[in-house]
Amino acid sequence: MATTLTPVLTKHWDDPRSWTLETYQREGGYRALDKALNTDPAALIDEVKNSGLRGRGGAGFPTGMKWSFLPKPDGGPRYLVVNADESEPGTCKDIPLMMATPHTLVEGVAITSYAIGCHHAFIYLRGEVVHVYRRLMNAVQEAYDAGLLGKDIHGSGFDLDVTVHAGAGAYECGEETALLDSLEGRRGQPRLKPPFPAVEGLYARPTVVNNVESIASVPSIITNGADWFAGMGTEKSKGYGIFSLSGHVTRPGQYEAPLGITLRELLDMAGGIREGHELKFWTPGGSSTPIFTAEHLDVPLDFDSVAAAGSMLGTRALQIFDETTSVVHAIARWTDFYAHESCGKCTPCREGTYWMKQIMTRLEHGKGTQEDIETLLDVCDNILGRSFCALGDASTSPVTSGIQYFREEFELGTHTPWWEAFPPANSALFPVTQKEAASV
Amino acid sequence: MTEINEVHAEDRAHASNAILHPQAPLHATAEPYTAEQLEQLNADIDEIIARYPQKRSALLPMLHLIQSVDGYVTGRGVRLCAERLELTDAEVSGVATFYTQYKRHPNGDYTIGVCTNTLCAVMGGDLIFDALSEHLGIGHDETTEDGKITLERVECNAACDYAPVVMANWEFFDKQTPESAVAMADDLRADKDVAPTRGAAKVCKFKHIERVLAGFPDDHANEGVGAGEQSLEGLRLAHQNDWRAPGDEGGPLSEDAHQNVATTEETGGPLPGHPHSSAEAEEDR
Repeated sequence: MATTLTPVLTKHWDDPRSWTLETYQREGGYRALDKALNTDPAALIDEVKNSGLRGRGGAGFPTGMKWSFLPKPDGGPRYLVVNADESEPGTCKDIPLMMATPHTLVEGVAITSYAIGCHHAFIYLRGEVVHVYRRLMNAVQEAYDAGLLGKDIHGSGFDLDVTVHAGAGAYECGEETALLDSLEGRRGQPRLKPPFPAVEGLYARPTVVNNVESIASVPSIITNGADWFAGMGTEKSKGYGIFSLSGHVTRPGQYEAPLGITLRELLDMAGGIREGHELKFWTPGGSSTPIFTAEHLDVPLDFDSVAAAGSMLGTRALQIFDETTSVVHAIARWTDFYAHESCGKCTPCREGTYWMKQIMTRLEHGKGTQEDIETLLDVCDNILGRSFCALGDASTSPVTSGIQYFREEFELGTHTPWWEAFPPANSALFPVTQKEAASV
Repeated sequence: MTEINEVHAEDRAHASNAILHPQAPLHATAEPYTAEQLEQLNADIDEIIARYPQKRSALLPMLHLIQSVDGYVTGRGVRLCAERLELTDAEVSGVATFYTQYKRHPNGDYTIGVCTNTLCAVMGGDLIFDALSEHLGIGHDETTEDGKITLERVECNAACDYAPVVMANWEFFDKQTPESAVAMADDLRADKDVAPTRGAAKVCKFKHIERVLAGFPDDHANEGVGAGEQSLEGLRLAHQNDWRAPGDEGGPLSEDAHQNVATTEETGGPLPGHPHSSAEAEEDR
């Protein structure tokens, strides 16, 4: 029997006016908060720990364990900061969640804040999605008006303020310490760790930083119990998650399934690769995760299996490319992205991405040299493990994995421009006129 | 008062004959705010600062606020932020030039941002950008002569399942083609009401959107869809096949759901039709 979908977070996305408090409460929303407010905070942390929930923002760190790292209360403030800066190329799950059902996140914020002893939580949303910001601000206001946020929530004596904060365009702010610097009104550059945010985070106070999907999963765990959650998924990657299929597939979209489902299964659900074409390469979890090929169709998409196969589960952002796509062009564009988004703080990343971009551009134009492939690998070697944060490491993933699986296309880049070998009109999802094709 | 450090826009490669902006630095502005402008700005800034335990956190929304009045980050805006937050002009400029949404020269009424990160680019985003650039006669980060449209290449905007994606003032235009994007640009330029695929009923002007991004809600939150077509693909399939998460009897998630799961487990196993363990998933393969 094949794996089937398990809508939990996505379950009410098709409700009429799904974003409103009225709809959310009609479907049982905020009952988990009431249950939580009548539970010992330590028991809530244990429940989430026991569920096996691992961070849904890419790194997969156990969420409950992260919460338990906070030092004992010292009377000063402690903070919850939700990372809603979804910017990893290919990743498109948190934005639709916050647009469709923002209260799932707000309820998760309230429960988590109560569990960790936080009285002022922040949702850091990327600034480039104005309607999502409207929906979040609206949801928070509705929750205040209903007494679900603010002073003495439902007579529990627990106070919580929530501030929804819009960023201003910087991929690096998805890195948790850069996000904190940005939230403090600075350039979004990462901090040295340790101290970790749990000890010195926002305003140098104990802080939990969690991804949107992680926090949005909390109400369902509190409602249904740790065993329910742990009953889905695999032994070390428990629960459900949203898998985002994009690119050359028949029905791209969001598919919520137990961790451990395979791309083959997901492709079956999504109607396969677009008609008349075949899978060439894909990312399991965004552009920062080494690419896979058709030989990886049956790798279970859980943290450990994907790692064992040489990549990372990341954000389950499955970007799918068929045989019309130039690997060199695709990777060159990702390299542009990392060079553009490198925050400039550390030399390996700032300089390394700059040089990789020069070389990749040369290869795109069919003007690469015989040494370029080795130089690229050498640059990657000098970035990986030597950069200040994961952005530098990530910039090497597409390059090294691209060379590993498609070295011949990099060699092609020494004499043939990518657009001659792979005319872009063939990859587009719309019919291309002669004029448009000629303008490339 | 010292001169604000000049921070020039990046060198921009463009082949067109478009009207170029002056190399807009973050520069001392000749014209000060009027008394009315200052009064409103200061009242808004008070409100922004009150949202945070420490006032410097107000800087990002304050810069959005400056853009909602000036249309870009002006020298006078930088100075006002610096004064209110007790920072130097250089500290504020350093932040303003780090983030791509802060504009260094007057922005058009509408920013059209074409995603040209890999996925959208390959699906047709590059062709869309080229078509728009040719049609409007401008390149990246340039504005049409009439001040209506600013064209940009944007990075991944978290809508990859709708590729190729175009943003207009940060509202989603999904599954675009060169023709649809050009038509949208023409309509915006003619000040027609243009509805995004997912977003408010119509695209609002740049300054309006910047005020929202400063954290001042408008009244458009209840407009538009909850979820777009692609967002619902998985859910639709689950409905068709009656696939549910364990314990989901079709009603609302509630205390009852927990009871159902507990009962099922007591009676010895997962609900039929649902993978419950890695062992079972292993067999499936």
